[in-house]
Amino acid sequence: MSLKLGVPSKGRLMEKTFDWFAKRGVTLSRTGSEREYAGAVEGVEGMELILLSASEIPRELAAGRIHLGVTGTDLVQEKLPRWEQQVEELEPMGFGFADLVLAVPQFWIDVDNLDDLDAVAAAFRQTHGHRLRIATKYHRLVREFLNEAGVADYQLVDSQGATEGTVKNETAEMVADITSTGETLRANHLKLLSDGLVLKSQATLWRSREASYSAEEKSALKALLKGIEQAG
Amino acid sequence: MPTRSDILARATRLRMTFEAAGAQVVDPPLLQPAETLLDLYGEDIRARAYITSDALRGEQMLRPDFTVPVVQMHMREGAEPARYTYAGEVFRRQEHDPDRANEYVQVGYEVFDRNDPASADAEVFALIALQLRGLPLRAATGDIGILMAAVEGLNTTEKRKSALMRHIWRPRRFRSLLERYAGRGTVPESRKKLLSTEGALSGSAPEIGKRRAAEVDARVDLLRADAAMPPISEHELLALEALMAVRETLPYAIEQMRDIAVDLPAILPALDRLEARTAAMKARGIDVDTLDFEASYGRTSMEYYDGFVFGFYAEGHPGLPPLASGGRYDALTRQLGQGGEIPAVGAVLRPDLMLMLEEGKS
Repeated sequence: MSLKLGVPSKGRLMEKTFDWFAKRGVTLSRTGSEREYAGAVEGVEGMELILLSASEIPRELAAGRIHLGVTGTDLVQEKLPRWEQQVEELEPMGFGFADLVLAVPQFWIDVDNLDDLDAVAAAFRQTHGHRLRIATKYHRLVREFLNEAGVADYQLVDSQGATEGTVKNETAEMVADITSTGETLRANHLKLLSDGLVLKSQATLWRSREASYSAEEKSALKALLKGIEQAG
Repeated sequence: MPTRSDILARATRLRMTFEAAGAQVVDPPLLQPAETLLDLYGEDIRARAYITSDALRGEQMLRPDFTVPVVQMHMREGAEPARYTYAGEVFRRQEHDPDRANEYVQVGYEVFDRNDPASADAEVFALIALQLRGLPLRAATGDIGILMAAVEGLNTTEKRKSALMRHIWRPRRFRSLLERYAGRGTVPESRKKLLSTEGALSGSAPEIGKRRAAEVDARVDLLRADAAMPPISEHELLALEALMAVRETLPYAIEQMRDIAVDLPAILPALDRLEARTAAMKARGIDVDTLDFEASYGRTSMEYYDGFVFGFYAEGHPGLPPLASGGRYDALTRQLGQGGEIPAVGAVLRPDLMLMLEEGKS
């Protein structure tokens, strides 16, 4: 069997991943039609490219169905409990930068930090009869962050897309979302909490600790890592 | 390791013992409506309990404990006074430690009685201690009511006191609030800027979301009013810190807290209750002179307890959960009572851990 590398199947993340490997002497390409998720690898013997949705890559790594994978720190930490034991971080790749942040409406001039948020959450619950809602798709990361900070009286509501719009639509009072520049948040009249950075994320090359490695796969991995090291 | 049938047999025997002590057997359903528990514990419970759902009843939780459903049942239909016992599985989601059980058997004893809370506390503690006799255990005791009385008695605003009270069970946030109210630490720039303003503030940002501008203005007014209030005095702060640090055998702990009460006289009634409980425990044959007391015990894991708290721990097994734990939860009956309330105290045993320890001994 060959060393399986999982790469996001679409868009800029795939292109940048291909560029990153090309600079390290490994040519990745899509084969067949645009709709077909098959790929080819040149430059390292015994390696296979698997194109997957970025959000599935953590799970595939944890299941040991792929040996290597490219995906964001955010997705690995959200989807894999005790992620350090399931995957090893081989190389941050220097693109796909995104921060998971807590953001509140700009007109909340009385809220700058987590202390304020906690006080406002208590008052909000008294006034409105339900807990302050935070829209997010990163439930575990946000809950652990707020628990650690001792913030109470909030609830997480699931939002898998257009999260910034939930405040205006009154399905949430604030958001916890991924941002690279903060522009989308500002355009939606939201601002960051000064100490509300939950996680800094970037595209990263991961190695599965759960997959089994044959002699052939080990030598492919060694060759790949050597190429990465020389370019680094 | 004890087998499942051993554990269930022991659980049944313990429940029969509690029945013989005067308790009525109750058997709450495995699935509990999630809303009540989420309202009580907040989002954190999602990390600790298994949640499932269907289209009809919405979110349901595999019961993470018995106390909440037993309190609900009593408040709905219970006669007074009442004693209940139960045995069965509880479920705790584990995301970090694979060695911790996600399903285990608890046997409990709960007392709802308006007469003589000191005696009810002692009754529960002594009954639990009796089941555990002979095992190499250390008992820890505490009393959240003393700390609550201390906060209640602080010479400061009601707003500050209720903010502190809300975080009694989150020691880190409690401490940071306390330091802020005592004028220790620095005021963030953003707050200074906000406080330097006057009147109603209207910015350029549009008002979006369910929290309205009036609520923002109201909080700004509150912050201004709070900034004008004097800090909590140094001697009260030091006394409160000394109180939270008390950790002694019961007689010495009482002595230390009597000294602290010179600066925090509001804790005197709570100390009287502690002494009454101590006397009641002694009358039931508990060796109170060697019993440990920690004023901060029970502040991290037992969110609904608001008075007497205790736990029994295996000596030499620091990673093992307590074999028994319990305490007083008067406020919980108020929260779940829909207008009613009753003093209540109870505790649970872990028959699996009891058997494990007995095997290890023999």
